[in-house]
Amino acid sequence: MHEMSLAEGIREIIEDQARRHSFARVRHLRLEIGRFAGVEKEALAFAFDVVMRGSPAEGATLEMIDLPGRALCYDCGETVELADRLDPCPNCGSGKLMPQGGDEMRIKDMEVV
Amino acid sequence: MCTVCGCSGTVKIGDLELTHEEAHRLGLPHGHDHEHRHDAHDHDHPRLSGGTIHFGLGVAGTSVPGMEQSRLIEIETGILSKNDAVAGANRRVLRALGAYAVNLVSSPGSGKTTLLCETIRHLGAHPLTVIEGDQQTSNDADRIRATGAEAVQVNTGKGCHLDAEMVARAMDALPLAPGSFLFIENVGNLVCPAAFDLGEDAKVAILSVTEGEDKPLKYPDMFTAARVALVNKTDLAPYCGTDLDLIEANLRRVNPTIEVIRLSARTGEGMEHWLRWLKGRLAEKTLRKAG
Ligand SMILES: Nc1nc2c(ncn2[C@@H]2O[C@H](COP(=O)(O)OP(=O)(O)OP(=O)(O)O)[C@@H](O)[C@H]2O)c(=O)[nH]1
Ligand SMILES: [Mg+2]
Ligand SMILES: [Zn+2]
Ligand SMILES: [Zn+2]
Ligand SMILES: [Zn+2]
Ligand SMILES: [Zn+2]
Repeated sequence: MHEMSLAEGIREIIEDQARRHSFARVRHLRLEIGRFAGVEKEALAFAFDVVMRGSPAEGATLEMIDLPGRALCYDCGETVELADRLDPCPNCGSGKLMPQGGDEMRIKDMEVV
Repeated sequence: MCTVCGCSGTVKIGDLELTHEEAHRLGLPHGHDHEHRHDAHDHDHPRLSGGTIHFGLGVAGTSVPGMEQSRLIEIETGILSKNDAVAGANRRVLRALGAYAVNLVSSPGSGKTTLLCETIRHLGAHPLTVIEGDQQTSNDADRIRATGAEAVQVNTGKGCHLDAEMVARAMDALPLAPGSFLFIENVGNLVCPAAFDLGEDAKVAILSVTEGEDKPLKYPDMFTAARVALVNKTDLAPYCGTDLDLIEANLRRVNPTIEVIRLSARTGEGMEHWLRWLKGRLAEKTLRKAG
């Protein structure tokens, strides 16, 4: 779905960084992706390969680090970690949970030459 | 730096500090302590023709290969940080005007345009403008203009959502009035519009009764991001055997704080509730601006 736009966002940031830090090529790029970010990782990896063509990150390897999904439980008041967006509260079993992070989509760092 | 005239510096109105560029967008008078550099534009402008802005018409890139020792650069930058910055600028422009912006999101055909036309009719002489997002055609903007309201159509081309830059360009093409409503009809899609901040005050999700009670569970991100859910086409509920209470329970399951309004753009049922909500939010915003 929007993995193409995400890859384009990554490319813009890389081109901006390439000017700022004057590097020619990105070898390895690390992303941090929250479990609730709704990112299809395979689709993003594919879009990355396509969108980076002709950019300093053409041919770079991509690594995606999962960040946990957290939610506030409206019944027990605890902030809990959820593996899946619709899991019940592991503390009290309630289904009234509001995500509190886990929607991160960040470039963490990159190895450049 | 201001990409309009190349100036840096800010412009203050009340307690709100606007960037130079935002001041230009609002047409606010401001001083310059240097000469204008109108060669400062380094971005291309999408084509604006007949009230329709076209995006996605071509990209280009350059490549610079090289060989050196590698180093690690830490960035910790959000992938959508550029979008979020433009959304922030849109939000400050709207705040300076005391205008209230609604981002209408839904799957295709849930009744966004019909509901907007009815909303405009009910709001009567209240100042408002509309941004219509679709991949192709200007049908929806034409339908809005037929009500007498000002509308800009944004065609996203291949894009399946509006982004903040598209909305910024459209806002600049519209006569945004102080105290007005700005309605943004997003591309019909229950997935990615959730991730793209446009600078709106609230996302409003529309779900029609013919789509099935489980949609909030299948597409939780959109309904989590929305402040209000409008359950539309209630006139059809008896024919579809739709369980409206179950829709509402599923909405609360993914977003315990969501406000749910049942309505029918066709019969007008529930419309006053929705209009009361809109006017209430606008009044709040205007008060905040005054206080
Ligand atoms: N019965 C009934 N039909 C409705 C209602 N609201 C909209 N419709 C019909 O639903 C169809 C789609 O409505 P639109 O307003 O075009 O929907 P939309 O969400 O703007 O569609 P896209 O912009 O293409 O995603 C039209 O045939 C409308 O007449 C309603 O409350 N009741
Ligand atoms: Mg429409
Ligand atoms: Zn709990
Ligand atoms: Zn200029
Ligand atoms: Zn200026
Ligand atoms: Zn999209």
